[in-house]
Amino acid sequence: MEIIFIEGSEDTPKVQFDPSKNIFEISGRSLPEDCASFYGPILKWLDTYVASPNSSTIFEVKLEYFNTASSKMILDVLTKLEKLKEAGKGVTIHWYSHDDDEDMQEAGEEFSELVEVPFEYKVY
Amino acid sequence: MEYVFDLHKIMLSKQLVLVYEGEFTQDITKSVLSMAERNLESVGEEEGIKRKVFNVMVECLQNICKHTDIVINEQYTKDNAIFIIGKDKGDYNIISGNSIQKKNIPGLTDKLNLINSLDKDGLKSLYKEIISNTELSDKGGAGLGFVDMARKSGQKLVFSFHDVDEESAFFILKVIIGKDKEKLAI
Repeated sequence: MEIIFIEGSEDTPKVQFDPSKNIFEISGRSLPEDCASFYGPILKWLDTYVASPNSSTIFEVKLEYFNTASSKMILDVLTKLEKLKEAGKGVTIHWYSHDDDEDMQEAGEEFSELVEVPFEYKVY
Repeated sequence: MEYVFDLHKIMLSKQLVLVYEGEFTQDITKSVLSMAERNLESVGEEEGIKRKVFNVMVECLQNICKHTDIVINEQYTKDNAIFIIGKDKGDYNIISGNSIQKKNIPGLTDKLNLINSLDKDGLKSLYKEIISNTELSDKGGAGLGFVDMARKSGQKLVFSFHDVDEESAFFILKVIIGKDKEKLAI
């Protein structure tokens, strides 16, 4: 399967999906003006991946900032991962926040209430 | 040149850290954000406050980009919005002003009054309800901007409308980010 590698910029996150190395990571800042076109290809890629996934997937979200339009798209991304659980595959979301960033921690907890995938909270 | 001196005096007395007037695009948003970030950095502002100010700025600036109405008026056009960061006894005021069509005032007022009527848990529920039930609009918004600003602020959103002409008005929004932890926990 093709990998996704998008270098981060000042308003878009770094995205790295590489099933052969079992790396699934979104990191940095996500505040693009047009979130749908940034996340569109990522969602499409995930549709293909969840159809023939690895036996276990750890999905890492290490965002510093995201705008509200991105939060909607992040929810869509995380919701795709529910398919893995339904298929009996292992899946965990590692949600990272800085140790004093309560808002980011809380954002993760809220996503976990909306998505049927286990979350683990990490500090970096 | 008296007006320059007067303007500068107002900026000093109101402790305005940053004022930008003109066209708002994503590129300008990025520049304004990086300027404000450097400014907060240079005064050694604490991380938590910096993050909240940054978050609210992003929503404010992108709201201006997406929601300024095209108004036909000599003075106020789509490219005459204003964005201000001011300080007030250690609090940060993040202020935006942009022209809108008067017919949009009632909808906007209802939305902001609803947000201001909710407490912390109420805002959280509203946020979750909107994020789970809406798609991004044609303009690319999630309809979450004001709710998110209110949550980050922990205080009521302050807003007003000012007459421009028969058809249009100027919408001003102020979001307060305070250092007072107790205030933030409302």
